[in-house]
Amino acid sequence: MAITRDSELHTRRFSRNAGLGVVLLGFVAIVFGLTVVKVERGSKLEGFDHQPRVSELPAEPTKTEVAK
Amino acid sequence: MSDISYIPQDNEARFGDYIALLKPRVMSLVVFTAFVGLVVAPNPVHPFVGFVAILFIALGGGASGALNMWYDADIDRIMRRTRSRPIPAGRVTEREALGFGLALSGISCVMLALATNVFAGLFLAFTIFFYVVVYTMWLKRATPQNIVIGGAAGAFPPMIGWAVATGGISIESVAMFLLVFLWTPPHFWSLALFMKADYDEAKVPMLTSTHGRTVTRKHILAYALVLAPLAVGIGFTSIGGPLYFATALVMNALFIKGAIEIYGRSEAQAEADKYAVEKRFFYFSLIYLFAHFLALLAEAGLSYLGLGIW
Repeated sequence: MAITRDSELHTRRFSRNAGLGVVLLGFVAIVFGLTVVKVERGSKLEGFDHQPRVSELPAEPTKTEVAK
Repeated sequence: MSDISYIPQDNEARFGDYIALLKPRVMSLVVFTAFVGLVVAPNPVHPFVGFVAILFIALGGGASGALNMWYDADIDRIMRRTRSRPIPAGRVTEREALGFGLALSGISCVMLALATNVFAGLFLAFTIFFYVVVYTMWLKRATPQNIVIGGAAGAFPPMIGWAVATGGISIESVAMFLLVFLWTPPHFWSLALFMKADYDEAKVPMLTSTHGRTVTRKHILAYALVLAPLAVGIGFTSIGGPLYFATALVMNALFIKGAIEIYGRSEAQAEADKYAVEKRFFYFSLIYLFAHFLALLAEAGLSYLGLGIW
C-alpha cells in the first residue's frame, strides 16, 4: 500500500472536522453580523483608554470665537 | 505496510458526542424560556442581537451541562439511564469534557457581555457557577432538596433573557424565575415516583428514598398549591393579560387536581395501575410550563399589535 496523504484517520475524523469547520465559520458570521448591527445603530465604539480621547472631549472654541 | 492507530475505531468521539455533552434536551427549555424572557421585556432588542444572545445563553447552558457530566461521570457510570452518555461510554475522556465545558463557558459569557450588556454576561456566569458548583458539586449528593436547588439554575434563563433587553432585574423577571423554580420540584418528584432504584444505587439522595414516597406525594401537592397563586398572579403584572390569566387559571386548576390525585394514592394503588396517574402528571407538567410561557409570548405579541388590554 502506498503512502497517501489521506490516512484512515483522516477519513474517520471527517465528520468531526467538518462539524468544527461549520461551527467556526458560524462564529465568524456572528461576529461580523454583530459588527454590522452595532455600527449601523451607532453604538459607542470607543471606550475610555487611560487618557481622554479627542472624540470624547468637549469641542475647543474655534478661532473666530476666541477673537471675540 | 499498515496503519497503526491507538484509538479503537468504534469507540471514538464523533461530532454528535460533543453535542450530547451540551445536553441538547435541557437546552431546548433554556432556549425557549430565555427567548420568552427577552421578548416580553419592555425594551426592544435588535433581532440579530436577540438571536445571538439566545445562542450564547444556550451555549452557556450547554457548557454547564458538559461540566456537570464531567463531575458526575462516576454517577453516570452506575445509572442505567445515563450509562450511554459520552463519558461513561468511553468516547470522551473526563479531562476533555472539563476543558470543553470551561472553554465554552468563557466564550459564551464573554460573547453575551459583548453582544448585549455586561450585566447579562455576568448573570450567565453566575448561572453556570450556580449549576456546576452550588448544585452539582455541593448539594446534589448532600441533600434530598437537591431538586429544589437545581431548579433555581434552570429558572435563571428567562431572567437572563430579560437582562439582555433591560440590563437589569425587575419584578416581572423574578416572577418568571419563581414560576420555573416552583414548578421544578413537583415535575421531577413525579418522575422520581415512577423511575425507581437508579438513584439509590448511585447514592444520590432523592426525596423518594430518604423520606419515603408518601412524603414525596405531600411535597408535590404543597409545591403545586404555592405555585398556583404565583402563576395566576403573573397575569396582573405588566407582562400578563387576560389571555395569560385564562391560561393560568385552567392550567393551575388541572395541576392542583393532578397533585391532589397523586397525594390521595397509596403505593399499592400506584403499583396496581403502573403509576398511570404519576406518569400523566409528569407529562402534563411539561405542557403546563410550556403553556404559561407561550401565553406570555402571545401577550407580548398582542401588545405589539396594539391589542394589549392591561
